[in-house]
Amino acid sequence: MRVRVLVRLKPGILDVQGAAVKRALIGLGFAELAELRVGKVIEVELAAATPAAARARVEEMCRQLLANPVLEDYTIEMADDLAPRGASR
Amino acid sequence: MRFGVVVFPGTWSDCDFHYVISEVLHQPVKYVWHRERQLDDLDCVILPGGFSYGDYLRAGAVAGRSPVVEALRDFVAKGGIVLGSCNGFQILCEAGLLPGALMRNECLQYRCQSTHLVVESVETPFTRGLRPGQVLAMPISHGEGKYHADAETLAQLKARNQIVFRYAEADGRVTKAANPNGSLENIAGVANPEGTVLGLMPHPERAAEAAMGGADGLLLLHSLLGSLVEDGSFLKR
Repeated sequence: MRVRVLVRLKPGILDVQGAAVKRALIGLGFAELAELRVGKVIEVELAAATPAAARARVEEMCRQLLANPVLEDYTIEMADDLAPRGASR
Repeated sequence: MRFGVVVFPGTWSDCDFHYVISEVLHQPVKYVWHRERQLDDLDCVILPGGFSYGDYLRAGAVAGRSPVVEALRDFVAKGGIVLGSCNGFQILCEAGLLPGALMRNECLQYRCQSTHLVVESVETPFTRGLRPGQVLAMPISHGEGKYHADAETLAQLKARNQIVFRYAEADGRVTKAANPNGSLENIAGVANPEGTVLGLMPHPERAAEAAMGGADGLLLLHSLLGSLVEDGSFLKR
């Protein structure tokens, strides 16, 4: 089963990397750019009986290692959620 | 006092710490590989600086879940003393042995420079021989040393006197200009509530002999050696 984890800095935590990328894009002429934050995508493939079981295991991975709860939030997307995104490619 | 210096793949300050403990302080010391789970023959475990596991995912994240760090929980619960410098501080935070987290420097630059630290708490074995307000010179060398904690954690740190060092001017004033990485309230080092686990971004092992340009880092280890009683436990003030 394929699962995608998105890890982001919590709202309110200064994202210095995002700020630097934003400055660079504005320098390239994207003057309309208002906000930009950089996160991480972690793609996981695992064996699980059901999507709910897969989600629960990945949730546990996030808690134990993939995200730092002091700094980061995470969202978990299942392969089914990803289908429309794949189709639009 | 028996020291163990932990070695992860990618650790770089292990030899420096080993040298200082054996050649400068003349104390027994051994390297401890990161897969080790048995720490009973040690009084103090040191997590040195470097880039454990290449800093993959986050600095200290993978090392923070390694067998030796899991064993540290029991070691600390039994009164063992732990010092984490630079990457070692990041590992202790990632493992939850110290509160807060270390983030990318606000300036986005890797900073390798000398800093001044003002001693805030003398309630740890590493600072027990110092006085509050004392200024120490020690180098830093890191790209991810900006200390962060939420408001509630910060209030707890202050209430329990867990902020041990802040970046300061040479005269001890805590200023924005003296903050090399954007750390919250200039925090350079924190301890657990018991004072037995200390993490700091600066490198005491790189300020341990006159030939290194200063020996203030040695004061932490001298303080530690002077604050132990015979059974290896920390002498409470």
